[in-house]
Amino acid sequence: MTRWGRVVMIVAAITVGGGVAVRGLSEEAPRHQLPAPADGRSKVVGLCDGETSVTVTGLAPGERMAPDKAQAVASELMGKYDAKLQVAHGGTEHTQRETRVWEAELKRVVDEGYKLFHSPEIGTNGISCDMCHPDASITHPETYPKFQSQLKKVALLRDMINWCIENPLEGPKLADDDPKMRAMEAYILSTRKGVPLDPGKH
Amino acid sequence: MPKYVLPKERERQEYQEARADLLQALPHLSRRDFLSMSAQAAAVATVAWKGFPPHSFQLINVAEAKETAPKFTIAYVSDTHILDKGLTHRFVRACQKAVQDVNALEPQPDFVLFGGDLAQLGKPEELSIGQQILKDLKAPVRMMVGEHDWYLDMGEKWREMFGEPTYSFEHKGVHFIVLNSVIVEDYWTEPKMTPMQRMLAMAQLDNPHGRPFTVGEAQRDWLKKDLAKVNKKTPVVVFSHSPLYKYYRPWNFWTDDAEQVQALLAPFATVTVIHAHTHQPLTNRFKNITFHGVLSTAWPWPYAPKGLPELTVQMVRADPFNQFDGCGWGTVTALQDGQVNKRYNLWDRNPMDVTFEQVSKGRKGMEQLAAQLKGNISWPSY
Repeated sequence: MTRWGRVVMIVAAITVGGGVAVRGLSEEAPRHQLPAPADGRSKVVGLCDGETSVTVTGLAPGERMAPDKAQAVASELMGKYDAKLQVAHGGTEHTQRETRVWEAELKRVVDEGYKLFHSPEIGTNGISCDMCHPDASITHPETYPKFQSQLKKVALLRDMINWCIENPLEGPKLADDDPKMRAMEAYILSTRKGVPLDPGKH
Repeated sequence: MPKYVLPKERERQEYQEARADLLQALPHLSRRDFLSMSAQAAAVATVAWKGFPPHSFQLINVAEAKETAPKFTIAYVSDTHILDKGLTHRFVRACQKAVQDVNALEPQPDFVLFGGDLAQLGKPEELSIGQQILKDLKAPVRMMVGEHDWYLDMGEKWREMFGEPTYSFEHKGVHFIVLNSVIVEDYWTEPKMTPMQRMLAMAQLDNPHGRPFTVGEAQRDWLKKDLAKVNKKTPVVVFSHSPLYKYYRPWNFWTDDAEQVQALLAPFATVTVIHAHTHQPLTNRFKNITFHGVLSTAWPWPYAPKGLPELTVQMVRADPFNQFDGCGWGTVTALQDGQVNKRYNLWDRNPMDVTFEQVSKGRKGMEQLAAQLKGNISWPSY
C-alpha cells in the first residue's frame, strides 16, 4: 500500500471508531423513561429532572394544549418537584450521595480534631488538651472572638488554642490554616452544637 | 495500782487541765460567749479584789465551743500526676511546691495523706520521682493509690514501693480507713490490650468506653470486717480516691457501688469521706456521711455539666494563664466531736474553709460561705 493509502486508512478508522463512540455515547445518554399513556386521548409530560411526570387527559391525538391548560400542567409538574426538594441550594436539590459525602468528610475532620485534642504529640511535655478539658469542656468556643485580657488583644478561638499549645503543652504553635488547627477547631466547635453564640462574653 | 495523788497535787493538776482547756477554747469562742465570759470574769475579779480568790477557771460553760474545738490536723497533697519529662516539668515543680508549703506549717500536721495519682502513666520512673519529692515531707506520710498509679502494671510497682493499698489505722481516737476505690471491671484482656494501652485508656478521663470505678466486693468484705471492730461512736474518716458517691459518670467522678459502701458506714455516728480524683473543691452530705474533695497540685478540672452535689460552693473557674491557679493542697482538721473542718489551700487565692458547722446547716450554711468567698453556689458549667 502507498503511504497516501495508509494515511487514508488511518483517518477512516478514526472516523468509524469516533462515529461508533459517538453513537455509543448517544445510546448511553440518560433518557427520561416516561410511563406509557393510558389511552389515545392522554399524554404524559416529563419534567427536566428525569423523574417527575404528569398525565394530561382529554386531548385529541396531536392536539396542542391551550395556554391555560399548559400553564396548569407546568405548575403541577413544578409543585411535584418542590415537594421532593430537601435543601434549596440555588434551586437544586442535594442528592443522597452528596449528603453522605459531606457528612462523612465533616466526621473525618472532627474525628481528626478529637484525636489531636487527646494527643500528647501536639505538645512536648506529655500534656494533652483533654487533660484540662475533658469532652472539650470549659473551652467555651461560642464566646470567641473576645478581648482576651491576658493576651491584651482580641482573640479568635485559634489564638487561644495556640496559646495553650505553646504554654501548658510547651509545643510549637500551629499556623492558622494548618489542617491540624482546622481539625481541632472543628472538634471543639462540634461539642457546642446548639449552644447559642455569645461572642465577647468573658 | 494507781499512784496516790495528794489532794493538793490533784487540785493543782485539775487547775492546770482546766486552764489548758480554757486557753485552747478561747480562740474558738463565739463573740457572745466571749463577752459573757468577760463579764463573768470581771464580776469574779471584783469579788476577788474583795478578798475571795478564785482558783477555778471553769467560769463559763465552754461545752459548745469545746465540741467544735479542733483536736488535731492532718494535711494532704494529691493528684500530682508526675510525668518523666525532666525535673523542671510543671507537674514536678507543683508537687515540690506543695511539699514546701506543708513543711512550712507551724505546727506541723500529725500526718500527711497522699491522695493518689502520684504518677500520670504509672511508670516506675514517675513513681520514683514522686516518692523522692514526698520523702522531703517532715511529717509522716500515709499513701493512697489512684488509677494513674495502678493500671500500667495492676499495682505491682505501687505495692513494692508503698505497701498494700487498703489499710486502716487509729489516730487520737479516730478510725482512719484507706481504700483502693479505683477498681474497674476488666475490659482490656479480651481485646488483648498492652499494659500501656490499658493505662492510656484509664488515663483518659472522657474515655467513652471507660468503665466505672468501684470499691469491689472483696474490699467491701474487708471493710465490713474492719468496721466490725470499731465502736459505733468512734469517728470514722475514710480516704478514697473515687468520691464514694455518684457525681458524673462520663468522667468517672463516680463510685458504682457507692450505696453499698455507704450502707456499711451508716451505723456510725460521725463519718467523713475525703476523696481525690476530681481536682476541685467539692462538698456533699448524705445521712451521716460528709464528703470533701481535695485539690490537685497538677491541674484543676471544670465542674461537670450535671450531677454537682448541691452543697458545693464552686471555686471560680481557673485562669489558664496562671499555671498554679485552681491547684493546691489542703488540711483536714478533726474536731473534738469527730466531725471535720476542711481547708482548701488554693495557690494564688485565699484559702477556702468548709466547716462542719456550715455543712450541717445545709444549703443555707453553704450560701453564707459562698457570700464570704464571693464564690457562687450555682455557677453555670461553662
